[in-house]
Amino acid sequence: MKILVCISKTPDTTSKIAFTEGNTKFDENGVQWIINPYDEWYSLVKAIVLKEKDPSILIHLITVGGADTEPIIRKALALGGDEAIRVNNTSTDSMVVAQEIAAIAKEGAYDLILTGKETIDYNSASIGSMLCALLDTTFIPNAIALEVNGTIAIVKREIEGGEESCETSLPIILSCQKGMAEQRIPNMRGIMAARTKPLKVVEASIHNATTSIKKFDTPSAKSGVKLVEAGNMDEMVRLLKEEAKVI
Amino acid sequence: MVLIYIDQDDQEIKKASFEAISYGAALAKQLGISAEAILLGTVKNNVSELGKYGASKVHQINNTALNNFDASVHANVVAAAAKTLGATVLVFAHNINGRAIAPAVAVKLSAGIVTGACALPNTEAGFVVTKTVFSGKAFASIQIDTPVKVISINQNSFGVVAGDGTATVQNIDIAVPTSKIKITATDKIKGEVPLTEANLVVSGGRGLKGPEHWGILLDLAKSLGASTACSRPVSDADWRPHHEHVGQTGIQIAPNLYIAIGISGAIQHLAGVNRSKTIVVINKDPEAPFFKAADYGVVGDAFEVVPALTAAILKSKAGA
Repeated sequence: MKILVCISKTPDTTSKIAFTEGNTKFDENGVQWIINPYDEWYSLVKAIVLKEKDPSILIHLITVGGADTEPIIRKALALGGDEAIRVNNTSTDSMVVAQEIAAIAKEGAYDLILTGKETIDYNSASIGSMLCALLDTTFIPNAIALEVNGTIAIVKREIEGGEESCETSLPIILSCQKGMAEQRIPNMRGIMAARTKPLKVVEASIHNATTSIKKFDTPSAKSGVKLVEAGNMDEMVRLLKEEAKVI
Repeated sequence: MVLIYIDQDDQEIKKASFEAISYGAALAKQLGISAEAILLGTVKNNVSELGKYGASKVHQINNTALNNFDASVHANVVAAAAKTLGATVLVFAHNINGRAIAPAVAVKLSAGIVTGACALPNTEAGFVVTKTVFSGKAFASIQIDTPVKVISINQNSFGVVAGDGTATVQNIDIAVPTSKIKITATDKIKGEVPLTEANLVVSGGRGLKGPEHWGILLDLAKSLGASTACSRPVSDADWRPHHEHVGQTGIQIAPNLYIAIGISGAIQHLAGVNRSKTIVVINKDPEAPFFKAADYGVVGDAFEVVPALTAAILKSKAGA
């Protein structure tokens, strides 16, 4: 079985979000970069767990980005995976990213393609769904559990207000979230091994973006919290009713 | 034409779809074109009532196979219908199913897409949609550069606008591919409003000290008719079920009212709730960062404040 894990580079969850160049570019100054948590904790670790049970599984990682994404893909290889592919395209358009991944996926004939449920920077939650259309392959979103039995996949996914279990046949695309696997920390052996694992760079082939970012804004600060005395909950109820009008 | 996707679950139209229609109708008005809806499968609702939210027509594909959701099948059907009907803008709710098919539909229609929109597009020069990015810490204005456009709208960001229209319901004949997914079980939390659809949410953190103290929170939720949620440490410690975890790595919600009890307000938690219309924070630590993101706050012991708030709500309801 061959697994393709899609990896994205995102700012650390505690990063201060600011913009430069007239609010048209993300300010990378002082930002710590991490593997998008959904890609790492759930997709990648799930692939590694599957390979631990069946060492014949091949895990390929893919990222679409500039050379500055390489430390992140090395970090991912330190957790696990056999080799990585970086498509040298810095587009922020999901459609371009998905088409680049689809081109590699077609060539690699993967049985399982894993993405995180979204990235924590652009929150587009689009790649899995786009791959579904581009590859004409079954897509199950918000997957929280997966078992592979030969060519049959048993998947549990989140639905609003509950869970749904289903069976389908490989190949499939899953977007993964909490529940799929548990977070891991790379060990020294993994970090050493990652240095020599193959990282192939493929030149960008898709250039026709469908969207363009015009500007960024940061939310206006709340006007300030209105404090209510602990002994005066009647006042809180009045505020929620008459001022906020939410109850 | 603006074509709005109607999401159903177990043959009930989801609340998120009413908001999507309201948004799509406002957008159609802005563009001077019609707002029509597309419904896959059969539902128990009176479909013509979708006119209330501004849809002039509902195109229904009366095939019960579509009552089970399969992203690939649904995206194929919606894209084929959009082509047949000549839709120029497609609107989806940015809920689980909407997120799963809108990008695939965009691929099939060679359309640009903005997911997680939080306002109507600016159509004065081009077509620019504002969406939340960095988990709610910023907004991006994104221009869609293709003739056909796809938008998914963040829940509770536009609101449901109800009037008194009636929609014409028409069957539309679209080939339905066979699903490769066999659904084996559905496990739903009975009698609860899904967190993402809740208007009122009461949430607890480590400040409540243990699962045995959740009674005061549940009483408050009951007095309001609110759903309950929790912070990540609480769900990690198994004090509360995982599906209640709200935050960056849990569920992201945007209710009208979010009451946080004993939650300090770490940035990861805020990312999951900062789109709430009104935030109330109850915490005994006046330095808790959550107060900076709150509209109303109470500095005090949750074990005294929460029962007092419940009593005040019940008193107010009895008086009303």
